[in-house]
Amino acid sequence: MKPSKRAAARAAFPFTIPILTGFLVLGIAYGIYMKSLGFSPLAPILISLFVFAGSMQFVAGSVLTQAFAPVSAFFLTLMVNARHVFYGVSMLEKYRGLGKKTFPTIFWMCDETFSVNVSAEIPEGVDKGWFYFFVSLFDYSYWITGTILGSVLGQFIPFDTTGVDFAMTALFLVILVGQWEKEKSHISTLGGLGISLVCLVVFGPDHFILASMVGIVLFLTLLRRPIERRLEE
Amino acid sequence: MTNAQMILTVVIIMAATMLTRFLSFLVFPAGKETPAFVRYLGKVLPAAAMSMLVIYCYKGVDLTAGNHGAPELLAGLGVILLHKWKHNMLLSIGGGTALYLVLIHLVF
Repeated sequence: MKPSKRAAARAAFPFTIPILTGFLVLGIAYGIYMKSLGFSPLAPILISLFVFAGSMQFVAGSVLTQAFAPVSAFFLTLMVNARHVFYGVSMLEKYRGLGKKTFPTIFWMCDETFSVNVSAEIPEGVDKGWFYFFVSLFDYSYWITGTILGSVLGQFIPFDTTGVDFAMTALFLVILVGQWEKEKSHISTLGGLGISLVCLVVFGPDHFILASMVGIVLFLTLLRRPIERRLEE
Repeated sequence: MTNAQMILTVVIIMAATMLTRFLSFLVFPAGKETPAFVRYLGKVLPAAAMSMLVIYCYKGVDLTAGNHGAPELLAGLGVILLHKWKHNMLLSIGGGTALYLVLIHLVF
């Protein structure tokens, strides 16, 4: 490895240590979760390699156990991962001119990597492009490692894993509590809960997702002024 | 789902995920202002999407039959309380899932 590359890798690693444990444990949980749904160990590993989107991978496991619905899967993924679009907007300048590193660095974008790369004060003399690349690569490799460990472990777990899939519910509830405590206005969270619940009752468990997404976007569009006013307060 | 349909579904999910990651770099050339409505959605949509996912997790629960969703609701409440108390993500997820396993295997 060239010295400049090695220096960037060495500068990037400490920033990713807090993410290491989280991704390993969640990756292990994901591997075991997929096993509890009846998948072979290869499935979660391939999905982690090619999709690499924590929340959406849990949802994907659930989607794969149901009837084939490609359009719904497409829009559900867009909605769940919509935040990436806005991470991209924030990284437009920083990820410019990365050359061959551009594709992998953007492909590996996730909540945690974004939070490091958008805010890190990169030590002087360290190549910024390689720094962004290595933060992204390290986080990705933690997720893959966790998934492999969980997939392998899942094969040897002596007890009945029925119910382990509740980890997905728990994960989303934890994120919901976290966002509730941080947000200035609860309109979007409450609107999302209410609209999805009504759509679930009206359209049933197999068809409510598309309706909920349309409803949520309409709701946020119509209430834009009052919501923006609250956000500015 | 057949195996082919499963693979197709994963490819669709992969493509849609990549679209969300690359879209900004394709449509918003650097140095140009992002439209205000897009920035607004960026601020408010993630919260609503996460709320929808929580409802998605509960979609299979039948309140009118069996144990009326008691294990799912109780364990969910446990996750929320645990997280309010310690704010430790892994503890909340691990503890909540353990509670759920106890509830479905030993209690209900």
